[in-house]
Amino acid sequence: MIKTLKALGLLLFFALVVSGPLLAQEAGANPEKANLYKWSIIIGGAIITLAAAAGAFCQAKAISSACEGISRNPGAAPHIRFLLIFGLVLIETLVIYALLITIIILLIQWGKYA
Amino acid sequence: MEGLEHRLFVVELFNKVFGKPVLAALGLLGIHPQNTASPVPDYIVMCLVVAVFLMLVLGLSARKLSRIPSNRQNILELIIETFENLLVDIIGEDGRKYLPMIGTIGLFIFSANLLGLVPGFMSPTSKLNVTAGCAISVFIYYHWQGMKAQGIIKYLKHFTGPIPALAPLLFPIEVISHFSRPVSLSLRLFGNIFAEELLIIIIASIVPFVLPLPFMAVAIFTAVIQAFVFVLLACIYIAGAVAHEEDN
Repeated sequence: MIKTLKALGLLLFFALVVSGPLLAQEAGANPEKANLYKWSIIIGGAIITLAAAAGAFCQAKAISSACEGISRNPGAAPHIRFLLIFGLVLIETLVIYALLITIIILLIQWGKYA
Repeated sequence: MEGLEHRLFVVELFNKVFGKPVLAALGLLGIHPQNTASPVPDYIVMCLVVAVFLMLVLGLSARKLSRIPSNRQNILELIIETFENLLVDIIGEDGRKYLPMIGTIGLFIFSANLLGLVPGFMSPTSKLNVTAGCAISVFIYYHWQGMKAQGIIKYLKHFTGPIPALAPLLFPIEVISHFSRPVSLSLRLFGNIFAEELLIIIIASIVPFVLPLPFMAVAIFTAVIQAFVFVLLACIYIAGAVAHEEDN
């Protein structure tokens, strides 16, 4: 009894998992604005992709230098860690700016304005 | 973005109880909110929830202190010592006098970030108004403390840089960099918390069952990190404002 219930539950779960994205799809946008929607999605995606790539590269550089510094002089670890966190925060802020711009571009209701 | 938000039970309850008096009080001041059904927005209600929670929990647990600390007192001392160590590390021994401001802001932002994970509540820090309020209070506070520690003339002089000939060039740059601090403070906190909530909403709208859980676990991590970062930057700004020239 419990075994069949378990199997049924699992089946229901997978059915919901599969059908979730299908239910989430909305009706198509206004065809006149389709070009604008397309470009806003492409540009929004491009902004956050470039920002994430550049930010990740810079953060990787900062972390690798900090690790080298700590392994050469473990006594200076607290000071280096403080500077590392401070630097990572400043780099991360720029990526967050790009993320906010992406969210604004993607979520704004273009149909109202354009 | 209106479609992503839904009415919260706590906000509706608050508006049912306090909506009419608030509307009358605002009317006396000559302000007429457009939404008369719920004049108090959700983030203000959530701020009040955080404030009342902190006052009740910390206020009640701070009673009957003794020289031999109980478990409850140990936890309180741990919280205080964390902030105190941060201040002493960054500013020096004089840093202890900034503990009330830094501790209040840190605890408020920390609990406000975590409130978003409780069902039926939202993070007040996912609205720009709240984070801008925190950032502007830090901005005014560190300028005030800098003027108090160095005197107004001497404090304004440190904007001009070490070389008098370069002062006209450096002064505008310094002023702009100081005004960009509250902007970056508020946008960083708002962007992180808002993006985190948006991510959870989007994931939950695709697969509403188990999948949002790991993202909510990451949200706990983000909440702690962002509260720490806000406090750290506030400490650094205060340290830069109150540092004397002869010290370095």
